Formats: sequence, structure tokens, C-alpha cells
Amino acid sequence: MKYLTEYRDGAKAQRLAAEIRRIVTQPWAIMEVCGGQTHSIIRNGIDQILPEQVEMIHGPGCPVCVTPLAAIDKALAIASRPEVIFCSFGDMLRVPGSNDDLFKIKGAGGDVRVIYSPLDAVRIARENPEREVVFLAIGFETTAPANAMAVKLAKQQGITNFSALVSHVLVPPAIETIMNSPGNRVNAFLAAGHVCCVTGFAEYPALAAKYNVPIVVTGFEPLDLLEGIRRTVLQLEKGQAKVENAYPRVVSEQGNRAAQAVIEEVFEVTDRGWRGIGTIPGSGWRLNSDYREFDAEYKFTVSDISTCESPLCRAGEVLKGAIKPNQCQAFGKECTPRTPLGATMVSSEGACAAYYNYGRFVHLERPAIAEQVS
Amino acid sequence: MCLAVPGKVEKIYDAQGTRMGKVNFGGVIKEVCLAYLPDLEEGDYTIVHVGFAISKIDEESAQQSLRTFEELGLLEEELEELRETDFETGVSAVSSSPKGSSPSGTES
Ligand code: SF4
Repeated sequence: MKYLTEYRDGAKAQRLAAEIRRIVTQPWAIMEVCGGQTHSIIRNGIDQILPEQVEMIHGPGCPVCVTPLAAIDKALAIASRPEVIFCSFGDMLRVPGSNDDLFKIKGAGGDVRVIYSPLDAVRIARENPEREVVFLAIGFETTAPANAMAVKLAKQQGITNFSALVSHVLVPPAIETIMNSPGNRVNAFLAAGHVCCVTGFAEYPALAAKYNVPIVVTGFEPLDLLEGIRRTVLQLEKGQAKVENAYPRVVSEQGNRAAQAVIEEVFEVTDRGWRGIGTIPGSGWRLNSDYREFDAEYKFTVSDISTCESPLCRAGEVLKGAIKPNQCQAFGKECTPRTPLGATMVSSEGACAAYYNYGRFVHLERPAIAEQVS
Repeated sequence: MCLAVPGKVEKIYDAQGTRMGKVNFGGVIKEVCLAYLPDLEEGDYTIVHVGFAISKIDEESAQQSLRTFEELGLLEEELEELRETDFETGVSAVSSSPKGSSPSGTES
């Protein structure tokens, strides 16, 4: 497939890794923010061909993993109602709520449907005017154009039996939280290519300057990731902290303007709880007042939500990069993809699931990160 | 979740006032919303996420990146010079071997 296979060439990957080995002189910790990148790094063994001075720390960029427990519990309560058709992306079905998951609700007779595109939910609502169709609208900036368009079209077409339970999260505030968290070891970031494809990267230079970290916009294929890492290491070795674009075939500095306009029309910024991390100010989007009648939170009053997490789960530390999944006591024992205790074990992009599925059972010791001389 | 896949736009049409299209992903054809890329044309390649085209793939940049991977080492030195002249950061570069010398000579 064009634009895919040519970025998976093993020989070129080795060459890029060799180049990184040639330029690196000291230990560095680089965080890939996006779960899709975590998945690709572990699946393709990129962490294993890097020189040992370069440690990849896996970030919180899996929307399925960070959707707050209260939102999941609300989704479960709404999905259980007999008049509701509940539409969700497939990877949310097994995410554990306090007691249940969507899969169990479906098994117990709930009308839960997996959709590919948010527009499918609008179509289902159009075709079932006597039912209430609720769409679980989660995701990072990447997914926001699609989710916003679904709500906009529903309003335009007067489809009043459609509503969305929105739990959107934003990357830049999460980067700030990571940098401000005690014991943070991150020296640089790979910015998520498809997030930037929507938003552009004009917001990042201020972050790079404030925390003195290089931020390199990076794609998802093995060669894209290695190129992003190579450029990051080059900057680190030179003592630079700039924003670079290592994914120019897809990302432009201004991003997708048409998408930004619709996002702005439909959403507004709000504080958002991140599962395992806590509330981050200004880190989410919700429907704005013009679209209130399409907001499932207002349409369905859901009370009695008292959340309860597994006491064994250390997903919060995994999401902040403080521990690797295989350092959690429950990893591969009480917690597996079939019996997940935390959301990071559910989504294929969750770090715990990636480590489990690709056999990273043992924690390899890495050299301690040396004090950075400024 | 943020997975987005490249595909080739085969057909563009209007469905209830929304710009839609058929996109070919290595033989699998799917209906995709093209509303966010008003300039996209049939035959173009695009990145698709949950049924929405969010970016047109820039062929020139794609070729450029592939060439970078091919010429690694040689190109690196040219870039180095570029960076040094373009951005005055006050931080001296780690290596400044003259252009034309073998890049493998600097291997440690
Ligand atoms: S392995 Fe399971 S229990 Fe441990 S942090 Fe990951 S999801 Fe939580």
C-alpha cells in the first residue's frame, strides 16, 4: 500500500537506528504522547533496536485509557435504558466501569452498537426516530472533527433523537501536567502526528520554550518514529529545544482550518478528569450551549454515580510514564486483556496491553538518567 | 484510537449536502466524509480517521522524507550547516566536520 509499506522498510530502519547510535552520547528519556505510537513502537520492537541510552517513555495518549471512570459509568447507565440505542467505537466496549462494561450491558440485553464513523450514529438515529440514539464521543483532537461534524449535521438535519456523551481530551495541557509532575524524567516529546494534522503545531513552541524540551511532530510507521526520535536526539545532544515537523507529508503548521472551524462552532474548552491522573484544567472539550439539546449529559439525568477503581491498578503511574507496565504487580497475573483491571490493559493502544500482547513480561533495567547540565 | 490510514480518493460526490467520497485502502473501498478537505481531488491520497479525511498527503514531502532515509549521513551534514546558519541559538553544534568528508569517519 502506497504511503505505508515504504515506511516499514527493515534495512532503512536499521540505518536510522545506527544513525541515532552514532549521534547519542548520553542517556535521554523521550516520551511519545500518543498511544498509537506506543503500540507501533512495541509491536515493531523499535525500543529494542534503539541504543540503550535512548529510553522511550509511554505517555497518556490513549483516549480509551484516560476517559474518566465517571464518564464510563454514565455511559453504562444510559446504555442500560430500554429506549436507548448506544453507539460507541469498538475499543470502548471492554473498558471497565466501576461494576460493568458496555460488553456486559450488551450481553444483558442493552442495544449497544459498534460504529466505525460518528456519522453512522446519526444515520441510525435518522432510521430509528422512535428510539433515543446516544453516541459516546471520546478522543483526542484527532477525533474531534468527526465527532463535532456528527453533532452539527444532526442539528442541521433536525434529528432530535440523537445526542452525544462527550469526553474529549487535549494533548498540550497533558504535556504540561507531565512536565510539572514530581519526579518527571522526560527530556523531550514526540508530538502525535494525527493530533497535529488537525490542530497544527503553532501551540507547541511556547511549551518547548517554557519547559526547555524539544518537541518533534512524528508519524506512526516505524521509519517515521525512528526519524522523529533521531531528530529529537540531535536536538538534545545540541542542547536545543525547538519544535520540528518530522511528518510533513501529513502535517502542516496551521493544521486543518476547516476542521478547526467546526470544532470551534460545536465545542468549548472545559476542565476534564483523566482516568488515573486526575483533573487537568482546560484539558477537554464539551458541547457548547448552542448544542446543549444534543448533550446526553443534559438529556439524561444520571445520578448515583459513585466510582470505584481496582486497588491493584497502577495505570495512573503508567500513563504518566513513572513506571513501565511490567513493573505493576498485577501485570500478566490478575490483569490481562481478558481480565483487565485498568483501561490501559483494554485498548490495543494502552501501554499495558501493548506490553502484554508483544511479550514484554520482564522489566529491563535502564541506566539512570544523568543530571542534565545546562 | 488516533489511528489514521492513507487511502486513494476514487470518487467524490454530494450526499444530503455533505461532501463525501469513496476511498480505496489497498483494495478495501470505504465511504468517507471529505467535508474538511474542500480542495481534495479524485486521484489524491488522504489520511482517514474514523470515516473522515483529515489531511491530504503531500507527495513532495513524502518523497523528501524517503530520500532522507536513503541518504542519511550525507544529508545530515548539509542539514547541520543549514541549521547553524538558520537558527542562531548560541549553542555550538556537537560535530562540525567539513562537508564532503565520509560520515562513517565520525563513528564512535
Ligand atoms: S497491568 Fe493492569 S493493573 Fe497494572 S497498571 Fe496496567 S491495567 Fe492497571
